[in-house]
Amino acid sequence: MAAPPRRRFRRSASLAAASTGLLTLAACGGISFADDSDTFVTMGFGAGDALGTVRLERATEAVAPLDVQVNEGQFDEQQFLSAVAADDPPSVVRMDRALIGGYAARGALMPLTECVDQQGIDLDEYRPGAIDEATLDGTLYGLPDSYDNRVLLVNREVVAEATGSDTVDTSDWAGLMDFAESLQTRDGARLTRIGFDPKIPEFFPLWVEANGGQLISEDGRTARLDSPEVVEALEYAVSLIDAQGGWGRFKALRDSFDQFGANNQIARDQVGAYPMEDWYVNVLAGTSPDVDLGTQPFLDREGEPINYVSGLSWAIPKGSPHIDEACQFIATMTSAESWVEAARAKAEEVRATGAPYTGDYTGNREADRIIENEIWEPTGNDAFDEATRQLYAVQDDSFSVPANAAGTEFRKAWQSAVNRVLSGDQEPEEALRQAQDLAQTALDIANQGEE
Amino acid sequence: MSDPATLAGTGRRARTRRWMASWRNRDTRAAYLFILPWLVGFALLTAGPMIASFVLSFTNYDGIGPTKNVGFDNYRQLFDDPSVATSMMNTLVFTALRVPLSMALALALAMLLLRVTRGSGFFRTVFYLPVMTPSVAVGILFLLLFNGNVGVINRALEFVGITGPSWTTDGSWVKPGLVLTTLWALGGTVVIYLAALKNVPQELYEASELDGAGRWTSFVNVTLPQISGALFFTLIVNTIASLQTFTEAYTAFYGTANTQTYSSDAALFYVVYLFQQAFQFMHMGYASALSWLLFLVILVITLVQARLSKRFVYYEGEAR
Repeated sequence: MAAPPRRRFRRSASLAAASTGLLTLAACGGISFADDSDTFVTMGFGAGDALGTVRLERATEAVAPLDVQVNEGQFDEQQFLSAVAADDPPSVVRMDRALIGGYAARGALMPLTECVDQQGIDLDEYRPGAIDEATLDGTLYGLPDSYDNRVLLVNREVVAEATGSDTVDTSDWAGLMDFAESLQTRDGARLTRIGFDPKIPEFFPLWVEANGGQLISEDGRTARLDSPEVVEALEYAVSLIDAQGGWGRFKALRDSFDQFGANNQIARDQVGAYPMEDWYVNVLAGTSPDVDLGTQPFLDREGEPINYVSGLSWAIPKGSPHIDEACQFIATMTSAESWVEAARAKAEEVRATGAPYTGDYTGNREADRIIENEIWEPTGNDAFDEATRQLYAVQDDSFSVPANAAGTEFRKAWQSAVNRVLSGDQEPEEALRQAQDLAQTALDIANQGEE
Repeated sequence: MSDPATLAGTGRRARTRRWMASWRNRDTRAAYLFILPWLVGFALLTAGPMIASFVLSFTNYDGIGPTKNVGFDNYRQLFDDPSVATSMMNTLVFTALRVPLSMALALALAMLLLRVTRGSGFFRTVFYLPVMTPSVAVGILFLLLFNGNVGVINRALEFVGITGPSWTTDGSWVKPGLVLTTLWALGGTVVIYLAALKNVPQELYEASELDGAGRWTSFVNVTLPQISGALFFTLIVNTIASLQTFTEAYTAFYGTANTQTYSSDAALFYVVYLFQQAFQFMHMGYASALSWLLFLVILVITLVQARLSKRFVYYEGEAR
């Protein structure tokens, strides 16, 4: 039997009021990183292989009895900013070192000065490049969790066939241009092999360093994007691409590479030589251990080896609910003991699959020394053994882009300039002048609070 | 003779009295109670943030540090920042390409569907299904289909002897490529046009036929005026959506660190730039000013369209 009208009305009204309340609560509630104070939350880290899991186990023990919650996935700027603004940051965060200066300048990260003292951390144990990149105005904000080296990968078979030698001299820019032109192949209008890939925009700092220039002053306060060395480096790197069919064709071929598969660009002879990060040697060792890979340092115009490094670092966000534990956590994650134990486990894991273990590059000098001398051993695969030796050797010739308060904006300024030139929208000088104005304005604004 | 101002005041008071009196009616109270969830949602999730963003547009708020009033600095910066003009121009070009093309294509599809008698439900579903595809997937699809070297589009063009452009890297082809990709999901507009076409009185076609009108004349003089209301609605909705376009371009060119590294200005749409300023560069105050500029641009374009609609749009029952 239907309820009387008055009761029906009240029931409906109660339902509407309840719905309103529920929606309001749902809207205001949001998503919290840590729903209770016993949970230690990380952001920007995924355990992945043994190198991550073993260190995470040790770090979890170090912060016991806190319950460690790993929010898997890459560092997300939007998520981090929202969390800090809402006063609900994760306990600890791992991010690209190039971003640390920007967040530190805005007060989103805590200085690690006290943490270093408290934990008795020996900063000399870490690679200077990684420490410098996370140090703003003399204050350290991050400890390195990775150290990405860049070496020249050479497809020896292809290069030898075309030039009669299996090495590439990057110090001779005119010779490198001839090399690139002679190795490229085309099918009609389509590019089918890149002779030499300068890997710009991402490796543009490498070309600038090779040409004796700098993107920014050592103190991170003055942009140098329109200096003659930087302009010349861009003109040359772009001309390398233009000589091989232009950016459109070049990028289209690059985008079609099966980078992580057995049919990768080296295995399929789609590229002659190019500078690349160390992790890719590891990928090649797993997917195509039989490729005729050559590895050599990238040489500047004086013929000296240079190694452009970058990577990730651990930092403690402002408002972290577990500051002391966060300090313990990152000290443990980046300690030589943790790296060595993790590398040992990873080496076993890799060897069990039959692939060559190509070493790990940690940003911790002591860990690197032990891993190279005690864990890594020649596999008999000459190409990858040589690659590992080269990677350990180039670490002493490293440089990084100095930390600066503009962080992402500074990087975006020079990357956009390179892209505008590549897409034919601007000439190098004009693009870099515009980038210089943008970058210096961003630096001045970001540094305002400190003066 | 009464003063018009007094009369107006009396009218306002009378209306207020009538409105207050209406609250004595149980049905009125119930009606307000039932729309309360929407009102609360609107206040909290739309009006509130809009007011907040207006206030923030006069500050240097970055979400972290102390906030101070910067007056009209953020609005002045809009005119000095070259990326504002670039992104606005990109967005307007994209809108100018996408809106007419999507409307014409949707109308053509709707007219085809109108002729289908058997299995019409199936075809309607098929045309609507792409609307369900997440925009992020469409962005990824763009990179795969439009790759200059191995993409399906260029392979197909090559098959007929045409060398396709570098859709994803050549600045002149990025926007047309994105327009073509977004046309994938025009099922919603097709459904609206189909409903409008079904409502066109048959006797009008019969009368035009008796007058000797051909198909094209009937289409121009009968069909278009009769569905002009639906056309106007989709024009407004699609224009606003295009001016606010974000997901496909962001996914394809800015979604990851890798794609961001290679992103050229050709895909820098206004909302993408706004997002960068807010969440990557942490200039929330400036981003708020950017959002109010977009609001004004959309408002002006919509008002112009509404004004023009008085000349071109026919609503049933209105005197012409």
